[in-house]
Amino acid sequence: MNQIVDSLQYIKPEISAAIFLVVIVIVDLVMGKNKKYLSPIMIIGLLVTGFFIIDQFKFSSFAFMSENNKYGLLSIDSFGSFFKLLIVFSSIIIVFFTISSDEIKKAKERLGEYYTLIWGMILGMFFMIIAADLIVIYLAIELLSLSSYVLAGITKDTLRNSEASLKYVIYGGVSSGIMLFGISILYGITGTTNIYEINGLLQSQQIQGLIVTLSAILIFAGIGFKISVAPFHFWTPDVYEGAPITITAYLSVASKAAGFALLFRFTKITFIDSINADGSWNIISLIDWRSFLIIISILTMTLGNFAALWQNNMKRLLAYSSIAHAGYLLLGLIAFSNEGMMAVMIYFVIYAIMNLGAFFVVMLIANKIGSEELDDYKGLGKTAPVLTVSLGIFMISLIGLPPTAGFIGKLYLFLALINSNMILIAFIALLNTVVSVYYYVRVLKYLFIDSSEKEIAPFGVTIPNLILLLILVIPTLILGVYFTPLVEFAKYSITLLGF
Amino acid sequence: MEIPIEYYLLLSAFMFIVGVVGVLTRRNAIIVFMSIELMLNSANLTMVAYSSFLGNSVGQLFVFFVMTVAAAEAAIGLAIIIAMFRNKKTLNIDEINILKW
Repeated sequence: MNQIVDSLQYIKPEISAAIFLVVIVIVDLVMGKNKKYLSPIMIIGLLVTGFFIIDQFKFSSFAFMSENNKYGLLSIDSFGSFFKLLIVFSSIIIVFFTISSDEIKKAKERLGEYYTLIWGMILGMFFMIIAADLIVIYLAIELLSLSSYVLAGITKDTLRNSEASLKYVIYGGVSSGIMLFGISILYGITGTTNIYEINGLLQSQQIQGLIVTLSAILIFAGIGFKISVAPFHFWTPDVYEGAPITITAYLSVASKAAGFALLFRFTKITFIDSINADGSWNIISLIDWRSFLIIISILTMTLGNFAALWQNNMKRLLAYSSIAHAGYLLLGLIAFSNEGMMAVMIYFVIYAIMNLGAFFVVMLIANKIGSEELDDYKGLGKTAPVLTVSLGIFMISLIGLPPTAGFIGKLYLFLALINSNMILIAFIALLNTVVSVYYYVRVLKYLFIDSSEKEIAPFGVTIPNLILLLILVIPTLILGVYFTPLVEFAKYSITLLGF
Repeated sequence: MEIPIEYYLLLSAFMFIVGVVGVLTRRNAIIVFMSIELMLNSANLTMVAYSSFLGNSVGQLFVFFVMTVAAAEAAIGLAIIIAMFRNKKTLNIDEINILKW
């Protein structure tokens, strides 16, 4: 009993998120048709949650331990706090997106539910990031999934919206079913659901490698669905295209960040044997986890990049680009070293900024011209110079060219890979980057070189949107040349509880 | 006479495969959902069988959570199916195809 009360201090951010979820519901109920207080409450709630995360940044402890057990349900460490901060940051940006989104304005009567479900997603992601027990992992993934299924179809009147939602719920249900089956097998052969205890058992006892591999692959199906790696990526383009842009941006950044945090924690804690002095990990030799991940990663980036080549819808193109980026990010895990983990953390901050920026510009353009098709983007370079130049910067950053931030992200990833002697993989990833230049530059060609048949009146950006845009553009440029603080921050928060 | 654990595991593996095949081959969205429920329940059966075999209550505890989540998922799935049906007047997932490639 004492343990439970003591543990509450470690989950202050989660408690704050849960309280604000209820606050949003109550305010929405009391205020009725008046929706103007909801967004400010969201921002306040996110700032309070962010404050609690910073407050406990350096905590390193288990929460909710049982009496005869030295491990707990949740593990609180700076690695988790880093990803939680990233999620709070992207949530704040998403609230501002929502305020200026025309798509959400049409469904204004459902704004209360929309924000409630966003809190549901945040809560799910927080627990995913700190979960140290298979039960918590499963419940957190489901909390995140169930909220995002509904959010993908929140405007429900358009056909593509409900289609996205239906496809998401079917793919999501199947992958969570597969994951649950994997969890049940892993529980059966180890007799425990705590990943630290499973690690101890895998190290000491003679357990059949084949069945561990089977259950690990089945569990990977559930996590892989969240981070949209091949062959679990089929939902990504459909859902990203059909969902409202605010939700698409949120899924592509926050939900993926949580998925990667979970994947890192699960892989490192469950399958690690020991850590060498130089920070590389020795993985338990029962299963060939590395070859499996290499195949998945190469498949993901190749598929993402090549499928993106012939896309004509901007949201769909960014969806395939985000699949390709999931492939690059897996490279950081394949390195199996603390350096790779740090590279992924750096890359994720940069990826969040540039991807949110790209979606923001797409949304602002869609607000004006009512379309996300590339054919309608022709000649926009002349009519909307501010927006298109920023989109250009984000595209160059997504390719990974200097002097933008994307270059630094890719540089650290490839360095981590080369330092663990996987030059061939790094070379394949580099070739993939070259392929990706084509479709990113194609967008720029439509914007700046082609001219439109239709006459579009020049349009600018409103001042609040311009400020938000600058908040995203300036880091994209500055982090490309002055990245030391980010690297130091990632280095500072690399501690993963236990190893 | 006690039933050996292999029987339970075989039954649950069979249920899981029936669920997967149902998802892949059935065309009606509601039946696809039923197949997903079957997959979840096969995992539940494995968990309960192991829990009783190992004399460890964690597995049965897990099953309660899974049943709750499955109920929530079914509710959300049916709500989304209704939203879809209002727009399209069909539940055949082959005809729900405006988003592709």
